[in-house]
Amino acid sequence: MKVKLNGQSISKFFIYLFLILGSLMMIFPFVWMILTSFKTHAEAITFPPKFWPASFSFVNYREAFSMAPFGKYFINSVIVMLLSVLTTTTTTILGAFAFSKMKFPGRSIIFSILLSLMMIPFEMLIITNYTTIVKIKLYNTIPALVLPFVSSIFYTYILKNFFDTVSDSLYYSARIDGASNWIYLWRIMVPIAKPSIFTIILLNALSSWNSFMWPLYVTSDAKSRTLPYGLQVFTTEAASYSEYLMAASTIVVLPMIILFILTRKYIVNGVSTGGLKG
Amino acid sequence: MKFSQKRRDRFSKIEPWLYLSPFLIFIIIFTLYPVINVFTISFKENYSYLRGTFKALNFENYKYVLTDDKFTSGLKNTALYVLFVVPVSTAIALFFANLLNKKVRGSAIFQTAFFLPMVTSVTAVGLIWRLMYNQQYGIINWLLTKVGIEKIGWVTESRWSLLALIIFGTWNILPFTIIILLSGMQNINETYYTVARVDGAKPARIFFRITVPLLSPTIFLVCIVNTISCFKVFSELYPLFYGKPGPYFNLYTVVYYIRYAMMEKRKYGYAAAAAVILFLCIFVVTLLELYLKKRMGRKGLK
Repeated sequence: MKVKLNGQSISKFFIYLFLILGSLMMIFPFVWMILTSFKTHAEAITFPPKFWPASFSFVNYREAFSMAPFGKYFINSVIVMLLSVLTTTTTTILGAFAFSKMKFPGRSIIFSILLSLMMIPFEMLIITNYTTIVKIKLYNTIPALVLPFVSSIFYTYILKNFFDTVSDSLYYSARIDGASNWIYLWRIMVPIAKPSIFTIILLNALSSWNSFMWPLYVTSDAKSRTLPYGLQVFTTEAASYSEYLMAASTIVVLPMIILFILTRKYIVNGVSTGGLKG
Repeated sequence: MKFSQKRRDRFSKIEPWLYLSPFLIFIIIFTLYPVINVFTISFKENYSYLRGTFKALNFENYKYVLTDDKFTSGLKNTALYVLFVVPVSTAIALFFANLLNKKVRGSAIFQTAFFLPMVTSVTAVGLIWRLMYNQQYGIINWLLTKVGIEKIGWVTESRWSLLALIIFGTWNILPFTIIILLSGMQNINETYYTVARVDGAKPARIFFRITVPLLSPTIFLVCIVNTISCFKVFSELYPLFYGKPGPYFNLYTVVYYIRYAMMEKRKYGYAAAAAVILFLCIFVVTLLELYLKKRMGRKGLK
């Protein structure tokens, strides 16, 4: 069959070519990570590099788990993520509702102070937050990893903006019908804002799971260490065994890749409306 | 009846504060107070956080930090990092966002691939890059030998380490940049393109004469956001050099210096002064953003 090559199909060809090359550039490190995690030590350090491992066995995973408490790190990460999502979502919903629908003296002043605080990098707060955590005797505990992030100005700002788009007449008619603020918030506002809240939960879960710098300051051993920092510590024990490191990296990375594939639209939407935290 | 009305009035006065208090309490303790505190600590000479004592209020911390080689070289490294990563990643992102914006089959798959590094731990990804950068058996050096370049000690030689960090940082920031630019492109009115195509304009011409000018506020915004996040480069550095600031302690950055002053030197005053300087850098960039936004608004570009 002869394919007629006109200008359009040539440009289509180049679009696909560059998109495929670009995708490869972005996912190649992950492919390499997974392939290396199945290689033997000899396979991992040969030159020229060997692409496919001779056999796919999980021995490196078992080895990584026996060398460092990744099971414990994983559980800690899950607990911190759940606590973080639960507390942040609660404070965000309540705060956003108050700023959007309730009237109280100082509302606009407080809100503009909060917006200007949003500019402050977390790196600046670390010194004091670290001493606070030490002083209230929570150093090297799970709550230490959650407390500084219980309230998020950014998420509250996003949700307040959404609540603002819900017509006030709905609010007043519900109030006249005798619904309290509490009932109105949970029965009407929250269901309407479900997609926004879901996005906030996802972004929060991602940043909690991947959080590295804060755990580096306030955890000292496996009791409260989470996966990224646990992985960093593991590099000193397994530095010359890249196949173990890649098995451990896969454990850290894979849950978020799966989450992303399942909820891509929400995450991309959330990021494009305001960016990731931090 | 009157009594209950009064009670209800009183309740409606305090009700907003009941909703706000969980949020505000944590903001005050973990954001507002630390901001104020970091400024005061930065002026306290010989500050001890356990006893809360200090020798005098002065500029000694700033003097020390600004003459410390580790900090000044850190500032230089950070500035170089920002100057390379921000423009390069924006240019590459513009190219790919433009392709992703075209109606192609499998765009969901392409988007997933392009955005993956955004959701993955920078620590894990940094370790992968370290492996790919390996001098003896890394795949990047293998590619280089294919085109006749000798193996490079990316993460083991000090002269290559900043470049290694910049390449990794650019790759890492691409997904975010592409997402922002892509959503900006999707907001451009389709009729501009239709008219241009009817006039017979070539794709390259459409891109540079329509997409780029109309996108300039978004391009500008993403540059600002990326500049701020690149100023804070730290988590990218850590896995690449196994926790050290470069193979020979040659690659300090501003945020790495904060950690060094706090946890190794145990000098909170120095750390606070460095944090305030970091903030001032970011503050200037943000003011620039506001100023330019205002000017662009006046010109009618929105």
